[in-house]
Amino acid sequence: MSKIGTLAEPLRVAIIGSGPSAFYAADSLLKRANLSVEVDMYDRLPTPFGLVRGGVAPDHQKIKSVTKAYDRTASDPHFRFYGNVEFGTDVKLEDLKQYYHQVLFATGAQTDRPMNIPGEDLKGSHPATEFVAWYNGHPDFRDLEFDLSQERVAVVGIGNVAMDVARILCRTPEELTQTDIADYALEALRNSLVKEVYVLGRRGPAQAAFTNPEIREMGQLQDCDIWVPPEEAELDGLSQHDLATSHDRATQTNVEILQEYAQHQWTGKSRRMIFRFLVSPVELRGNENGQVTCMKLVKNELYRTDVGTLRPKATGQYEELPVGLVFRSIGYRGVPLPDVPFHERWGVIPNQLGRVTDPQTNAPVPGLYTAGWIKRGPSGVIGTNKPDAVETVNSMLEDAAAGVAFAPTRPGVEEAQALVAARQPRSVTYADWQKLDQMEIQRGQEVGRPRLKFTRVEAMLNALGK
Amino acid sequence: MKISDILAQKGGQVFTIRPDQTIHEALQVLVSHNIGGLVVLDENGKIVGVLTERDVLRFVAAENPDFSTAVHNVMTKNVIIGAPQDDLHSVAHTMTEKRFRHLPVVEKGKLMGIVTIGDVLKAQRDSYQGQVYTLQTMIIAEE
Repeated sequence: MSKIGTLAEPLRVAIIGSGPSAFYAADSLLKRANLSVEVDMYDRLPTPFGLVRGGVAPDHQKIKSVTKAYDRTASDPHFRFYGNVEFGTDVKLEDLKQYYHQVLFATGAQTDRPMNIPGEDLKGSHPATEFVAWYNGHPDFRDLEFDLSQERVAVVGIGNVAMDVARILCRTPEELTQTDIADYALEALRNSLVKEVYVLGRRGPAQAAFTNPEIREMGQLQDCDIWVPPEEAELDGLSQHDLATSHDRATQTNVEILQEYAQHQWTGKSRRMIFRFLVSPVELRGNENGQVTCMKLVKNELYRTDVGTLRPKATGQYEELPVGLVFRSIGYRGVPLPDVPFHERWGVIPNQLGRVTDPQTNAPVPGLYTAGWIKRGPSGVIGTNKPDAVETVNSMLEDAAAGVAFAPTRPGVEEAQALVAARQPRSVTYADWQKLDQMEIQRGQEVGRPRLKFTRVEAMLNALGK
Repeated sequence: MKISDILAQKGGQVFTIRPDQTIHEALQVLVSHNIGGLVVLDENGKIVGVLTERDVLRFVAAENPDFSTAVHNVMTKNVIIGAPQDDLHSVAHTMTEKRFRHLPVVEKGKLMGIVTIGDVLKAQRDSYQGQVYTLQTMIIAEE
């Protein structure tokens, strides 16, 4: 019987990443009865919370309140946060094996999937994730530039991120001031000349994945008219049939809202958001400076697959949409971590119930675990990470009980602290983060905003006197 | 949610058998891996059927079953095949309506994985639980 997890030999876990799945995993470990555990959470940024800070739209402050639950987890005396410490650079897997029984990777899906069409790399064509990270003040993206002097913008995709990008582009400076959007982004958007934002869906209104509140919110923007071409708001025969037989109330309501938007008249508001359905970009065209000027779209029709999904198929009918700025938001994938198996095709760490597996043999790699988007791909909402993380923790504890773990030679909490101090003298603790948090809120209050974020790592560390 | 999301989570491992192998061999594979179905591939890697617990049960229920019978005599030949881009919702609907439990997933002619009714149920459960937990966390945070 393994002693790991007893008072004599507390289970030592390193979690890489500090987003929702990392916190849910920590919480699940710390709350287990009859388990002695010490959890150290690492993040390459000085700030925790992953996409809750850097991804969730700044005008959706209520969702960000989930971090209060993470604060409770972090207040456990058996939890420590090491911010500004990068896995693979400051600490390597070989190091961690000396200090921990298990290492859990919860690094998310950090990059976008390309459209794979000609012209995708022209100036003015961007992954939506970069724009999101930019307006949310992510230090790695804060110096990017987006040409908001363009009047016409296309957002490719109609998932959550596409909706966020379209909405932020169409909000007024007054609306954005009520949010914790990065100050430079607020300034850039204040001077934005964007007049029309096209949101492009490959399939029809009945296949849109957005929720009822999300699409309804678009119709409530202060200074933006919303419209759908009436012929594209109408359902094709296959979608009509499916909707009539499925009794899917949420989809029915989405369709009703979109059909209501199709009846809208222009009211003279400063901006327009136009939803287009059954269209796919096939090419971006540019001018002599390599700047996007136009998008070639193909009209799609739907067909039914063997299992009944309605999929888009190009019709051969094309149109050109003059746009000077393009954001693509058609899916996300994780990025590989040093010394950790990775599945290129799916963009995830291969695993079974959270146990990292060797891609060649499919056998679990002892001591390594994964949770969240890097484990299952970018699906679900914030709370989906809770059952996901619990599943991984169950595997971890089963293995620990069976003695399947690293055999750390320096398992003490202080020993890991010393390692971090040696490798990254400017590491950030949770108490440091809480000071930074208070400073950001204070700075925000001074200018009538919920928060004014620090957006440079150096500024964060200086503010903390590090 | 799409089938590719399920495969990303469970991996692309599929247990297969050739149509000329025997039912005895198929049973060994089913039992040793504790699974309920095998994809039957011909020599070119093309799917020609699936062999499920139900097929085997039907076979065993016959009088004097001969376990050296070839798989192709017992397997289900009309196989519905999925694609990674298929929606979870429609897959769940079709598997329930047409009462089958194993969906081989193919992309560009290549077998990418298999989705079972258990995978579909788990994905739906996790999706609903996720929504509940998000709301719960927000309510707790506001208290």
